[in-house]
Amino acid sequence: MVPGPFGIDPAIWAVLRLVIALGLAIGLIMNGALLLIYLERKIQAVMQDRIGPYHVGPFGLLQTFADALKLIAKEDVLSGQTDRAFFLAAPVLVFTPMLASFVVVPFAPGVVGADLNIGLLYLTTLGSMGVLGIVMAGWASNNKYALMGGLRSAGQLISYEVPQILSLVTAVLVLGTLSLVKITELQPGPITNIFVIPLAFVTYFIAALAETNRTPFDLPEAESELVAGYLTEYSGMRWGTMLALTEYGNVTVVCGIMTAVWFGGWNGPGVEAFAPLGVVWFTLKTYAFILAFMWIRATLPRMRIDQLMSFCWKVLIPVTLLNLGVTATLLVAFGGDLRPVAFANWVLLALFLLGIPALQQRRLRSVRARLRSRTARATGVAV
Amino acid sequence: MPDYSLSYFYVFTFFGAGAIFVTALLTLSNLVQPKRSTPEKLTTYESGEEPVGQAWGRYPSHFYVFALLFVVFDVEVIFLFPWAVLFRQLGWYGLVEMGIFILILVAGLFYAWRKDALTWY
Repeated sequence: MVPGPFGIDPAIWAVLRLVIALGLAIGLIMNGALLLIYLERKIQAVMQDRIGPYHVGPFGLLQTFADALKLIAKEDVLSGQTDRAFFLAAPVLVFTPMLASFVVVPFAPGVVGADLNIGLLYLTTLGSMGVLGIVMAGWASNNKYALMGGLRSAGQLISYEVPQILSLVTAVLVLGTLSLVKITELQPGPITNIFVIPLAFVTYFIAALAETNRTPFDLPEAESELVAGYLTEYSGMRWGTMLALTEYGNVTVVCGIMTAVWFGGWNGPGVEAFAPLGVVWFTLKTYAFILAFMWIRATLPRMRIDQLMSFCWKVLIPVTLLNLGVTATLLVAFGGDLRPVAFANWVLLALFLLGIPALQQRRLRSVRARLRSRTARATGVAV
Repeated sequence: MPDYSLSYFYVFTFFGAGAIFVTALLTLSNLVQPKRSTPEKLTTYESGEEPVGQAWGRYPSHFYVFALLFVVFDVEVIFLFPWAVLFRQLGWYGLVEMGIFILILVAGLFYAWRKDALTWY
C-alpha cells in the first residue's frame, strides 16, 4: 500500500485518495458544465463583438446555474417512435466512460485515483467507448437527423482515433512508459516533451478537437444542417447529461492528457515544497488548452464531411505514421539521444504547417484552371 | 489488498459512480418535472413536418468501408503500445520487425487510396 502524506495511515489514505480523486473528477465535470459553458459564451461574445449573458447575477455569472435548474425541471419528452431501452441507456453509456477516464488523471504527486501501468491504453479504450453511446442515441431516436448525426459521429470518431493514438504512441516511444504518473515525473524541468515531439502534439491536438466534436469538426451536431445531430430527440436533463456534462468532461480529459504527456502535468514552481499545489498547476495548464479550444471555435468555420474524412485519412494518418517511423529510427540510430529526434520533429512540424496550405493552393489552382477551360469550351471565349 | 488490485477496484468504483451519478440526476429530474404529453408532442421531430416513414432504413455504404479500415488500424495500435514501451530494449530488431508490420498496413492504406475507398461521395 502507498504510504499517505502528512503521516496518514495507509489504509485510511487508500479510502481518502479514492474520495479525493472522485471529488476532483466530479468537481471538474460540474465545473465544466457550469463555469466553462459560461466562459465559452462570454469569450465567444467578446470575440464576436457581442455582450453575451449578463442578466442573471453579476456579469451573468449565474446564467448557467439558472440553465441547469431549468433543465432539471424540464419535461423529458420520449417520442413514441423511439427504441426506449437504448434511448434511455445512451446518456449513461456516454457519461460513465468519461468519468472513468478521470481515474488515471494525475492531479498532483500522490493525488491520482489509480496509477495504472497501462494508463494511456486505458484512456484510449475509454475514449472509443463513447462512440457506442452516441451511435446508440442516434439509432434509438428513430429520427433521420439523429441517425445521420450518429453515423457521421461514428465515422468521424473512429477515423480520428487512429491519428490520435498514433501520436500518443510516438510520445510513448520517447517516454518509454504508459503510466501517466511516470510520464509526468519524467518531465520535471522547463524542458518538457513539447520541445522534443512538437509534431505529435499538433496532430494529437487536431485529432482531439475531432474526438470531442468541437469546431471545426462538430459535424455530428451541425445545427445548421442536422438540427442537433444525435441529440435532436433529447430534451431536459437527458440532453444536459449528454451535452453539457459529457462533452465538456471529454474536453477536460483530452486537455488533461495533453497537459500530462506534453507539458509536464502537475510540475511547476513550488510543487516540491507543497505537493497539493500540483492540482493548481495541472488545472491551470488544462484550462489553458480548453481556452484554446474555445478560441478555435470562435475562429474557424465548420468543415465539410468529405473534407473532414479525407483530411484524416490522406493527411493526418500518413503524417503521424511518418512521424512515428522517423522518431523510432532516430531513437535507435542515436542510442536514445533525444536531440536528433527533437530536431527532426521540428523540421517535420514546419513542413507540415507550411505544406498543407501549399497543397491546398495547388489544388485550388487546378480546380480553377479546370473551371476556366470548361467555360472557354462552352462559350468559345478564353476567360 | 495489494496495490494492483486496489487500483482496479478504484477503476470499477469510478464506473459505478458514473452510472449512479447519471441515474440519480435523471431520477431527480424525473421527480420534479411536469408530465403533460400530447400526441403532437410525441411525434418524431422532422422540422415541423409530419414524419415520413421511419429512420431505420438503409444508409450509405462508405461508413462500412471506413469502419473496416479503422478496425485494421486499431488492431495495429494494440500491437504498437507494448512495442513502444519496450522499444529501447528491442533496438534495431524491434524497429525492423515493426517496420515490416507497419509497411504492410501502409501498403493496404495506399491500395484503399488508389481504389478510391477514401473518397467520400
